Amino acid sequence: MTTRTTRAPSKIAGGIGESTLRPDGIAKLEGSFEYAQDLRAENMLWGATTRSPHPRARIVSIDVAPALAIGGVHAVLIAEDVPGRGVFGLEHPDQPVLASDEARYWGEPVAVVAAEDEDTARRAAAAVAVEYEVLDPLVDSLTADVEDEVFRRMRIRRGDQGVEGAVVVEGYYEVGMQDQAPLGTEAGLAVPDGHGGVDLYATSQFVHIDQSQVVASLGLRPEQVRAHPTGIGGAFGAREDVNLHIHLCMLALHTGQPVKMVYDRAESFTGHVHRHPARMWYRHHADEDGRLLRVEARVVVDGGAYASTTSAVLANACYFAVGPYRCDSVAVDGVGARTNNPPCGAMRGFGAVQVCVGYEAQMDKLAAELGIAPLELRRRNALATGDQMPTTGQRIETPLPVIDVLDSLAAMPLPDADDEAPLPGGSGLTTDRDQVRRGVGYALGIKNLGFSEGSDDYAVARVRLAEDGAVVETAAIEVGQGLVTVLAQIARSALGVSRAVVRHVDTSQIGSAGSTSASRQTQISGGATLEASRRLRERILGRHDGDDLTDLGVLRDGEVVVPMAMLATEGWEETVTFRHPPTEESDDDGQGVVHADFAVAGHRAVVDVDPELGLLSVVRIDTAQDVGKALNPESVRGQIEGGILQGVGLAIMEELIMDGGVIKNPTFTDYLLPTILDAPDVEALLIEQDGSWGPFGAKGVGEPPTISSTAAVLAAIRDATGKDIDRAPVRPQDIAL
Amino acid sequence: MIVEFILNGEHASARVVAAMSLLDVFRDQLELPGSKNACDQGECGSCSIVLDGAAVCSCLVMAADVEGSEVTTVEGVAPEGVLNEIQQAMHEGGAVQCGFCTPGIVVMATDLFATNPSPSRAEIKEALAGNICRCTGYGAIVRALEAVAGAEA
Repeated sequence: MTTRTTRAPSKIAGGIGESTLRPDGIAKLEGSFEYAQDLRAENMLWGATTRSPHPRARIVSIDVAPALAIGGVHAVLIAEDVPGRGVFGLEHPDQPVLASDEARYWGEPVAVVAAEDEDTARRAAAAVAVEYEVLDPLVDSLTADVEDEVFRRMRIRRGDQGVEGAVVVEGYYEVGMQDQAPLGTEAGLAVPDGHGGVDLYATSQFVHIDQSQVVASLGLRPEQVRAHPTGIGGAFGAREDVNLHIHLCMLALHTGQPVKMVYDRAESFTGHVHRHPARMWYRHHADEDGRLLRVEARVVVDGGAYASTTSAVLANACYFAVGPYRCDSVAVDGVGARTNNPPCGAMRGFGAVQVCVGYEAQMDKLAAELGIAPLELRRRNALATGDQMPTTGQRIETPLPVIDVLDSLAAMPLPDADDEAPLPGGSGLTTDRDQVRRGVGYALGIKNLGFSEGSDDYAVARVRLAEDGAVVETAAIEVGQGLVTVLAQIARSALGVSRAVVRHVDTSQIGSAGSTSASRQTQISGGATLEASRRLRERILGRHDGDDLTDLGVLRDGEVVVPMAMLATEGWEETVTFRHPPTEESDDDGQGVVHADFAVAGHRAVVDVDPELGLLSVVRIDTAQDVGKALNPESVRGQIEGGILQGVGLAIMEELIMDGGVIKNPTFTDYLLPTILDAPDVEALLIEQDGSWGPFGAKGVGEPPTISSTAAVLAAIRDATGKDIDRAPVRPQDIAL
Repeated sequence: MIVEFILNGEHASARVVAAMSLLDVFRDQLELPGSKNACDQGECGSCSIVLDGAAVCSCLVMAADVEGSEVTTVEGVAPEGVLNEIQQAMHEGGAVQCGFCTPGIVVMATDLFATNPSPSRAEIKEALAGNICRCTGYGAIVRALEAVAGAEA
């Protein structure tokens, strides 16, 4: 029994707080990094998908013979060929693997084929003869509400419902359907193992949920399906749901050959879920000093044809419908509508983005009505640690530096008014500089971190000591955000050794890490990595009666007693399951301890507008963000700048245009994404406060940048034009007409 | 038909049919998967290459048209195992996240600096206007390339 006092690990090179470089950076810069799109296997077939050309139609018959008659076609599979559960879904399995009786959205998969090359597969998919009886699609979310076609209704009531304010402002707001548009489209390779099982390498945010859905739909035993993390070209929520995964595994098992599938861009736009379009009605009551007395809101989001994560997105929209503000009388009603529009689900910000457009416009309306400056009005209502959430009544236990965000934004210098910023309209040069009006707008956003409402949210990580240092094993998906960097940093700092790498392992080799979503992996897989590293260090020091572990090995009183090379032969490893503090489902009034942690961010947008032509240019965004502890400051900044630009995109250009359930612009020519010329200069201030349960106090940082950047840009456009800008994205006609 | 051309400084040949793009040839025949296909219609720049001195999207080039041409892909911007100064600056500057746009940006930036060793911020942005990055917000890319331009100036 040792009584030796062990040291805390020394500050280690490549540890937390440093902007260590991405371990995959060089391969990505050389072009040698392997993405799902690049995978190949011996004897590989190509898959393709037959999709419904109608938003709603009864399937009268399907004739696969014309497709099978094409030379080189190995399989054509339809719904009756699905061996197990015919439906899938993240929360509620309701989405057919392949449609059989009715197609419920434009682009819904009806058949899948495998052929010897990609062109043949696509020709065969087009040759499948499906007879449809076209039905009237339900495409209006309000009609769906009336007809009770809903996935979920939310009702929040908190405090005295009879409160009225001296000042009341109302508004109606809309947010369009945004696409995640990750640059890598959906892609994957399924390889049969020769014993009835299959190995799947596909774009994903959550391999364990993919694996379980493949198992269910193929009617296999869990150990027969192994889902492998693979190289992924961005995600932003688009990869949380299954799309080609079950299809690939079906085709591989049916043909006995590896099958690869890659969606093209148009197919990608129908092949994954989108950000929910939202309609929002708000009424804010305040006293004459601008203090919020009551907020009433109605939020309708269009979930499209199948459930995906609509229940959780709607809940988030309602729980965060007031924003980071104190208010003791709240009524929120929410509807997650079921329509024949494309299914909507996870996208960065997950419901919190849409309502921020509404509540921040309302805060500016109140400020204008009362003649109080926008930042001052927000300061008078700022939520703080120890307060109750205005919606759920949950007491906020972790740091919530709303005031610090406001102070930071106020202190950041504005760009010079006379600066020679590029003109709105860019290279068209149609704008006269004399016409340009500059606007400044502010917005704050708040969101939960990790899964909520009683989810058993956990991650498993394993830390091993090997010859060349520590190895963190995980199934947590790297989509570009830098998890492979930060987990290694955590292991280095907690173990005390400078060499650490992250190794992805498949679903058969380690437990679930949960989804790479909800800004959760740094906190949760990071938490598991931290705890595993700490336990491993303690066990090693205990066994060898040491007082320190370094790159040299185990030390006692400054002397090496077990060199690292020997230690590495002893098979040290530690596997930890980390859970965040428990949450609960809310009651019938939406009350309860629903969330595990929160983060807040604020944005100030500076926008130049040509009101005559309806053109604009986002000149600059300043931001302050609550990050807990920046484990890798450069990566945090990368998340902030990238997240802001997605928010700017939603504010001024990104929208899937729907016409009777049909997406009219499923290409990069017509779905506009911000280019480098659209990107504002960004100044970011990271607010670090200790007290969150994440490793070293870290909070998730991925989503907050996207939440209020949209609302801040809209506020700046209002400031420049004096118009009621009540929808995102803003279109030229919203400004010029 | 067989086309022969100079690819990354070496002789290359490929068997192509009429509709085949140069991007398909790189990825499917020549085992050069560095050029990426994200839109297939010349909007995103992920497949950027230099063809006879001009930076173009390889998804828009008919493979049959490159007979006798000189082509540089991301695999050819630096000797194997070595990063050029642009790649190095991007690596150190946090300019890579998911990396799917990265090869195209490396090619375009390398082409820019070959003709203009110290481009201004505006010139850097103009050169990369056809390359979509969905992850970084472009800030780290601009800072990295400005650092290279500053070092050259």
